[in-house]
Amino acid sequence: MEIRKKYFADERNDDLKEIGQSRQRSDALGHVKGITPFYADRAIPGLLHIRMVRSPHHHARILGIDASRAERHPGVRRVITARDVPHNVYTVLSLINIGPEDEPVLAFDKVRWQGEPIVCIVADSERAAYEAAQLVQIAYEELPAVFDVEEALKPGAPLVNEYHGQNYYRYDSGESRKVILGDVEKGFAEADFILEQRYQASPIEQAPTETTGCVVVPDQNNRFTCYTGTQAVFFTLDNSSVILQVPGQQLHFVGGTAGGGFGGKVDCTTEPIAILASMLTGRPVSYIYNRYEEMQISSPRAAERIYLKDGVMKDGRIVARQVRCYVDSGAYSRHTPYGTQKAAAHFPGPYTIPNVRIDCYCVYTNRTPSSAMRGFGVTIGDFALEVQMDKLARLIGMDPLEFRFVNAYRDGDMKAHHQPTEGAALIECMQEAAEWADWPVDPRCMAMSSREPRRQP
Amino acid sequence: MTRKRGRGVAAVNYPTGMNLGGDPTQALVHSTPTGNFMVTVSSVDLGQGMKQILRQICAETLGVPSERVVVDTADSDTGPHCMGTFASRGTHRAGNAVIAAAREARGVMLEVAAEMLEVSTDDLETDGAGNIHVVGAPAKAVSVTDTALAAHFQKGRSISGRGMFLVPRSYPSPVDGAMKPATCYAHACTVAEVEVDVETGEVDVISLKNVYEIGRALNPRMVEQQLVGGAWMGISHAIYETTEPYYPQRDHRGVDFNEYLMPGPGNLPRTEVVVLERPAPDGPYGGKGPGEMCANAPIPAIANAIFDAVGVRIDTMPFTPEKILRALRGLEA
Amino acid sequence: MAKIPLHFILNGEERAEFVDSGATLLRLLRDKTGDLTAKSGCLQGTCGTCTVLVDGAPRLSCITLAEDCDGADVETVAGLAAHGQLHPLQHAVMEHFAAQCGFCTPGMLMAAKALFLTNPRPSREDVVEALSGNICRCTGYEPIIQAVLSAAQVMSASGPGAA
Ligand code: FES
Ligand code: FES
Repeated sequence: MEIRKKYFADERNDDLKEIGQSRQRSDALGHVKGITPFYADRAIPGLLHIRMVRSPHHHARILGIDASRAERHPGVRRVITARDVPHNVYTVLSLINIGPEDEPVLAFDKVRWQGEPIVCIVADSERAAYEAAQLVQIAYEELPAVFDVEEALKPGAPLVNEYHGQNYYRYDSGESRKVILGDVEKGFAEADFILEQRYQASPIEQAPTETTGCVVVPDQNNRFTCYTGTQAVFFTLDNSSVILQVPGQQLHFVGGTAGGGFGGKVDCTTEPIAILASMLTGRPVSYIYNRYEEMQISSPRAAERIYLKDGVMKDGRIVARQVRCYVDSGAYSRHTPYGTQKAAAHFPGPYTIPNVRIDCYCVYTNRTPSSAMRGFGVTIGDFALEVQMDKLARLIGMDPLEFRFVNAYRDGDMKAHHQPTEGAALIECMQEAAEWADWPVDPRCMAMSSREPRRQP
Repeated sequence: MTRKRGRGVAAVNYPTGMNLGGDPTQALVHSTPTGNFMVTVSSVDLGQGMKQILRQICAETLGVPSERVVVDTADSDTGPHCMGTFASRGTHRAGNAVIAAAREARGVMLEVAAEMLEVSTDDLETDGAGNIHVVGAPAKAVSVTDTALAAHFQKGRSISGRGMFLVPRSYPSPVDGAMKPATCYAHACTVAEVEVDVETGEVDVISLKNVYEIGRALNPRMVEQQLVGGAWMGISHAIYETTEPYYPQRDHRGVDFNEYLMPGPGNLPRTEVVVLERPAPDGPYGGKGPGEMCANAPIPAIANAIFDAVGVRIDTMPFTPEKILRALRGLEA
Repeated sequence: MAKIPLHFILNGEERAEFVDSGATLLRLLRDKTGDLTAKSGCLQGTCGTCTVLVDGAPRLSCITLAEDCDGADVETVAGLAAHGQLHPLQHAVMEHFAAQCGFCTPGMLMAAKALFLTNPRPSREDVVEALSGNICRCTGYEPIIQAVLSAAQVMSASGPGAA
């Protein structure tokens, strides 16, 4: 890796003693000795193990649960159902007023995705827990399911989550988070060319090598210590405290060292139930996702479908961009209404476009609830935007990199969400790339600067 | 010739910190009697190396060597609140909180040293090697250790500080979406070179040239770790990964590492990284969050390179051999 | 459940434990011996985080039966650093910044050590082959490959038998 100091040198003080130095990581020695303490790396005598009984159906009414055989199975200490959970709703970001309380910790009346947890088995060994989980009998009435974000929005589509009353999250701006700048229709009317395209991405799993989970140990003074790989210690502690209806001071969270996260460990799904199991049994309890659960049960990056419509001039200027983005939240919200809003703030990309209309929809379907992942709300949008840029350039017969220079945002340019651009550096990144990759562009592009105001056409 | 080469470009930006702000982080810093410094936070290190970065940030601000700083993180009994490690916020938010705490601690340290040297605090500077001395007179000095000892045992002072960083919450307008989603953005431009096998539809990424603008490379080797690993993840997203290959159909699913595909050590392109630094005015020493953004630009760059190579557009991620073959067949028809 | 008596050597020390029939070597190590260096990333033989050496050969301890290790010589990362000296592989991983979260690191180190035992001067292809059963989600592999290659160089420079 090289650092090219010639850019923005006047904005930097390069004369620092610690900053900018490639010091060895403080955790490197622990890593190579294998002694970095991950949440499962504690020898705890008498540890109990959790296995979840999960829905085999995408959408079904629960008619009855019979766990009596599981309860009698040797080694089973406790069977937990929705009735045992004091406040049986995930509170996600309700602490800062984002996101609704639309998801039970354990399902009771309905299941809305394949894999939704219903019954929790707590047993002496993993084996006993697995065996007992097979013995739980649940009667279902299957319901029609919907898997496509646009199908889900059609009238008559099966209702995924009654909490919302419709298959989308209702923002204060209506069925979508809207961002509007200028007049997009006027822009299209002026444009030399118009291009409308559809993009899509499937869900993606964070797949950290360490799976999601935690180990809970009852402490003295009726406190519970939770060793966890969570990405957000207090967020998880506070949510657990609400779900369990116990004061926060009874909970002690120890974490800070995770075997990868990539956004997959912000959902607070294992901690509340493991703490509850520990409270109910008085024993230390571990709840660790197996690899199947990590892949199919833990929230993935949301699938998205994006429609981009652009109006472009022969000289390369994009004069209008319209975005319709459907984010597949799965059966519950988790962090997806937030991520969808982040997508709305990110479009139309790092380009200055006078007329913009953005509608981002957070849509409920009968699949695994999606949530955060590296690039949350942005990664898929960038894929769509940057492929579209390539197509537009070729449409008007311009070099794709030059086309981006023409439209690249600069300091002071008004963004679609009505904020002036600050600290832009896209032009310089492209100049460096052009030079380095030997991708010749017009000298005028190489003379541009993010700091120089754009000349009005 | 069944293998065709092509190259493509993509340019992106990425916001640092939780969208719309409202995501606080706190830090505490205190010295031990012998002048070592403890940073107490509740932020999480996912492997990105936050513990080390906070250590260097604290050391820089205090003016002591980083070996003398220990970062104690994520014990809810001792660490003050942090919203969490996500949204590229760790270094930015926690870094700023540590700077604030370390500044306050440095203030006390210099006051004690000033009393010991009988000068004014304004006349003092740190040498970054464990000493405090009078500006322009390096011989008139006291060590950080002696200063801490004096603070503890003679002056009755606590060399400590509290730091808090909060970007105030912005609320989008329901009418036109006017909002302030972030205070600073990182940038990237990737040029990807691929080879597509027109008989099998398989894509080999030959090289990635990535230019990343990240505000400030606080620790260059660690930045490189993030950027190289992130670029790898971008390739993986582009041509391999998904839990539902036939989305929105739900019937095929990757359930383990045999079925959920990622590139292994045997199929790596030449990945090169260049870093630019335009410091963020509100970033810790100018730093922005580079960890998420680095996976984003390679994906469309690869898509565009595939088009350049074989003339088909794959507008659905991931770009599997099946999709490419179907598109090539469509081209022939 | 019947308990099976087991004698084995762990990082040069003799051990005796009782294990359940069907228990894995990974469980034996983590639950009985207190050696927590082998990680459980999948428990199905697909990620390599649990790699240890059994009689000098790399084994996925999550799918190795403990009872099959009676009399065996088992090595984990805990035994890599001899007499307080880091193994050249450990040095190299640090120097090359080849660990981020560190969860895959113990398995990578043991897979590489196993390679050195049979092939002290591996090519890049040999290293890739030896690591191909080990998943890393953080680094993009290149730094790990570089670290293993450079450790091989250091070790062959310091003479045979250094592994
Ligand atoms: S835990 Fe053994 S291979 Fe994954
Ligand atoms: S360093 Fe995190 S999995 Fe390899």
